[in-house]
Amino acid sequence: MEASKVIHAFYTDDEVLLDAVKAVKAEHHHIEEVFCPFPVHGLDKAMGLAPTRLAITAFFYGLTGLAFSIWMTNYIMIEDWPQDIGGKPSFSWMENMPAFVPIMFELTVFFAAHLMVITFYMRSRIWPFKDAENPDPRTTDDHFLMEIPVHNNNEEALTSLLARTGAVEINVVDKH
Amino acid sequence: MYQFSGKLKTFSLALIIFGVIGIAFSFYNGSQKTLEDAKHVIEASSSEGHGSSHGEAEKAAHVTEVKKVDNIVSGVHDSGKNVDKTMSGHGAHDDDSHAEHVLHQLQNRPWSAFYVALFFSLGITLLVLAFYAIQRVAQVGWSVVILRVMEAITGNLLPVSILMVLVVIASVMHLNHLFPWMAEGTFDTTSENYDPIVDGKSWWINSTRFVIRSIVYLLIWNAYRFFIRKGSIKEDTANDGNKTYKKNYNASVIFLFLFMITETTMSWDWIMGLDPHWFSTLFGWYVLSTLLVSALTVIAFFTIYFRSKDLLPGINDSHIHDLAKFMFGFSIFWTYLWFSQFMLIWYADIPEETTYFVARFTEYKLPFLGMVVMNFVFPILLLLNSDYKSKPWFVFIGGVVILAGHYMDVFIMIMPSTVGANWYFGIPEISSLCFFIGLMIYTTLRSFSKANTIPKGNPFLKESEHFHYYNIEHSDEGSTDHH
Repeated sequence: MEASKVIHAFYTDDEVLLDAVKAVKAEHHHIEEVFCPFPVHGLDKAMGLAPTRLAITAFFYGLTGLAFSIWMTNYIMIEDWPQDIGGKPSFSWMENMPAFVPIMFELTVFFAAHLMVITFYMRSRIWPFKDAENPDPRTTDDHFLMEIPVHNNNEEALTSLLARTGAVEINVVDKH
Repeated sequence: MYQFSGKLKTFSLALIIFGVIGIAFSFYNGSQKTLEDAKHVIEASSSEGHGSSHGEAEKAAHVTEVKKVDNIVSGVHDSGKNVDKTMSGHGAHDDDSHAEHVLHQLQNRPWSAFYVALFFSLGITLLVLAFYAIQRVAQVGWSVVILRVMEAITGNLLPVSILMVLVVIASVMHLNHLFPWMAEGTFDTTSENYDPIVDGKSWWINSTRFVIRSIVYLLIWNAYRFFIRKGSIKEDTANDGNKTYKKNYNASVIFLFLFMITETTMSWDWIMGLDPHWFSTLFGWYVLSTLLVSALTVIAFFTIYFRSKDLLPGINDSHIHDLAKFMFGFSIFWTYLWFSQFMLIWYADIPEETTYFVARFTEYKLPFLGMVVMNFVFPILLLLNSDYKSKPWFVFIGGVVILAGHYMDVFIMIMPSTVGANWYFGIPEISSLCFFIGLMIYTTLRSFSKANTIPKGNPFLKESEHFHYYNIEHSDEGSTDHH
């Protein structure tokens, strides 16, 4: 059943927020989202979020860059037009390999870094002219906000639980 | 406090005794070599073919062809034999002087084998000391619980320093031919051994200054080790508003300054001096990097061992993870310096620089390329993953390969200059390795048993005991321990 209302609980301290997240989790309520003005150490663990796989994608992007640079140097310098440039051995890729290493390194880093960043943007849905999603402008300054969907008329139980965890403000709002 | 384990004491002493017997045997064997043996080796290498030290048979036709182009100075395609001649000071091509050259190489073998292991052991101990000084100067929080481990390893410094002094003095006394510039008549214009290139450097490489410099380096390092060990133990009970701690801090700053200077000149004297015709500007850094990564691996090994014996309260997977990160990072740093040195010389291909790598590439191809795999490819694939870095047995496997690879690196720095194509990994090398491994285990465990296993008076101890890298789940904690 899709919830039509959500509870917004505001906190002013990251330690209080962390304890609140743990308390809500202990009561087996689903936390839809937490908005913070800065990274809160351990929040992902407290919420039980799966670890990111961004580093794994970066590794494969790096391999792609390495393969691309090897193909490119081999095709251009060895296969397509193997000139004698200053006595460098262009008979095979391996013989001239040390000269290609700087480019191999840089392209590996370039692919790994840029493609990973783009992956991050796409997965996080961030792009220019995107409408901001934070429900309250104070969450970018000094307030933390926990968003919990309301199910089966558990509104009152939830509100009292959140009040006990030290929320400074609790609002029940329609889901946008 | 730690009680020196009886089993390990026996084990390390057995290694030392086995090593001594092997070393004594190889020195006896080496001193028995005669000109006849050398001629025999030359004959064997020309009939079996050369260019490969393992004597993989090449065509006899190829041998004669190579002899014809003997006079051509250049070289990637030269055979190993040619390289010998180019590299040797006398450069004469008649048989007897060549035989004498090969004889020196044969006689050098036990010395070189001992010297490689000695330098590796001394270097590791020294870099543990330097890394320890860095931890103090940078006021590092995480590593305080393993400071005593590092201190214990530096207990190895004094015995290896004494052995180093003995080898230096033996070389100056012409008991070996390790350093070609020490040969009789090198600086004498009337001698047929006269070498104008080396003579031009005689203001730096002459026996008196060499001995004085060597002793000064060792004195500085040992003085710091003596002072800091005493100061560190004093810290445990000092209770003087961190006065002792600050004194140790200041001593470490001074040591690091002197260390960077002496480490550079040490690598010129003890390693680059083996090839007096060759020079490289980043050599000091390169030697530093190979010893530093080995030192970190040794620290990780002893830390893992002591932790498995429950001697290091407060240590957790995050500490292992940090050590492994250092091993990983400095493996790549080593590769960067190794490649920078190689590639700059390969690219410009100036004959006086290139001979160094020609000798290594023709006569030591397998270890030369193998070490890049062991010191770079292996660590980068094994230690890239954050989870793997926090598993002690993974770090151990990676460490064994790293240590073997860097032994090979020191081997390739020293052997081509002293024994040339007549290298082999046999009794002299293995027994020297056993001796120094045994010595390091013995001295480390002995000094570890003489002080608290954790530095109780260090102001950063608490921080170190609670050190936690955010995405490492410690194997010995519940889910409630971290927030």
